[in-house]
Amino acid sequence: MWIIAVFALRESLRRRVFLVVGLLTLGFLALYGLGTWQLFKSVDEFEPAIEGVEAPTVAGATILGLAMFATLFLGTILAVFLTLGAVRGDAERGLLQPVLVRPLRRRTILAGRFLAAAGVCGVYVVVVFLAATVITWAFSDWWPDRTVQPAIQLAVAVAVISALSLAGSVVLAATANGIAVFMLFGAGLTAGLLGQIGEALSSRTLDRVSDIVSWVLPFEALYQAALAAITAETFGFTRLAINLGPFGGAESASPGLWPWTVAYLALVGAGAAWAFARRDL
Amino acid sequence: MDTALQAVDVRKSYGSIQALKGVSLEVGEGELVGLLGPNGAGKSTLVKIACGLVRPSDGTASIAGEPAGSPAAHRALGYLAELFRFPDWLSADELLGMHQQLAGSDGGSRERMRLLDLVGLADAAAMRVGAMSKGMQQRLGIAQAMVGGPRLLLLDEPTSALDPAGRRTVRRLLEELRGQGVAVLLNSHLLSEVELVCDRVAIIARGELVAAGTPDQLSRAGGVEVETSGGTRLFEQASREDAPQIVRDLVAAGEDVYEVRVLRSSLEDAYLEAVGEA
Repeated sequence: MWIIAVFALRESLRRRVFLVVGLLTLGFLALYGLGTWQLFKSVDEFEPAIEGVEAPTVAGATILGLAMFATLFLGTILAVFLTLGAVRGDAERGLLQPVLVRPLRRRTILAGRFLAAAGVCGVYVVVVFLAATVITWAFSDWWPDRTVQPAIQLAVAVAVISALSLAGSVVLAATANGIAVFMLFGAGLTAGLLGQIGEALSSRTLDRVSDIVSWVLPFEALYQAALAAITAETFGFTRLAINLGPFGGAESASPGLWPWTVAYLALVGAGAAWAFARRDL
Repeated sequence: MDTALQAVDVRKSYGSIQALKGVSLEVGEGELVGLLGPNGAGKSTLVKIACGLVRPSDGTASIAGEPAGSPAAHRALGYLAELFRFPDWLSADELLGMHQQLAGSDGGSRERMRLLDLVGLADAAAMRVGAMSKGMQQRLGIAQAMVGGPRLLLLDEPTSALDPAGRRTVRRLLEELRGQGVAVLLNSHLLSEVELVCDRVAIIARGELVAAGTPDQLSRAGGVEVETSGGTRLFEQASREDAPQIVRDLVAAGEDVYEVRVLRSSLEDAYLEAVGEA
């Protein structure tokens, strides 16, 4: 498994996707820095209408929430491009067969590819999240209430997306798989937004739809939990002000989220291994 | 003779299409068997079943006594696919190194250099796969298949991209491997090559094994042709043993004999007859 993981890592480092994602990331961080600088220039001149609202906290949490969305999106691009053709795509190109006839179980190959993709994407989102956090702090002196927890939650969220994309690569052609995973990503985020709207409107139906989708696509629940964690210890009027913002309705992690995520990864992995074992190549 | 590959009544269906309709085939240790057949006959499917890349619908296949597709079977197996590709950023040496790790071979750089030398790529160890010609990649593919010293090599069209010199190199290599006791199943369209190098030939058509035997057994006597002062005479029913008497009779009849040829149908004739295209 480690041989496959190391080989997949080496291969991924040589792919152009890293150049593309690297350039996108630099562009994003540069724009984020510019936006944050401009935002806090305004915030410094801003007098809150309600006493007790910490404007830098509200602004910092909001713009870092936006950065977390971008980070998850970039991590998803990376995860999808590293895994979308891992099985069927590589088999169609004739890359997989020489490896499959070696004394390895097919599930070992899947596990190696997953480790490599989840590892690379996990490190990537942690680094980008921390970079965005440092940029925010540099312009505002605001630091999120928790740093390690949301970083880990984002990393696990892209691991879930990597697993889904890898499983999809067993049954779908590369392009179809890429489209399918991005649609799942979009569905998850849409459900999250519906949940926030549902909370604002006190709609139980929307809340329920959002909850169900969050369990079906736990990367969304992890993202929500990461958003909630950056202001986990912010209370009072500042809390109320954050709740009114675009990321204010984020749900914190329920006790079942971590066990469910582990079980979910195991289920997706088992399903992928089952389908791969039966696939003619 | 121990069996390197044994396929028993192997069937494979893709929906309503029957790619294999009960093929049985054995390849003994150190035996070189050619697998012939027209496009779509089921040759590659049979090879892939032996490799464990395709699951048979029915029947069994085993490699050195182990079920095809199991890690134990893969340990005894080397495979070169008809359509293969290696990561173009790896050098030849790195590629073989990776396959050594995957195969659990402890041969190290000595094995890698020996294999590259065997396929005529000793000077290309540091060359990236992406910079190699198709023929060089095919030879590298053969070297890759031999990593770990397999007991059975399954080669699917291994010389399709090679020039005549490359084909000769591979022929010599196959003969050397046979001498070392390695069994080879050679799937090829090049009948002359199969005829030259294989101990036995199996012909598959429409998913069935339609003929099998040594090249000599498959090619039949085709008569005796004699060039005389009166022209070329063909004795269709005659065999090699009849040739002296034919010459004596012709000379006695006053004809000058310039050349005598004992005719045999070629493997190509036997092949075309077997697949029904004669």
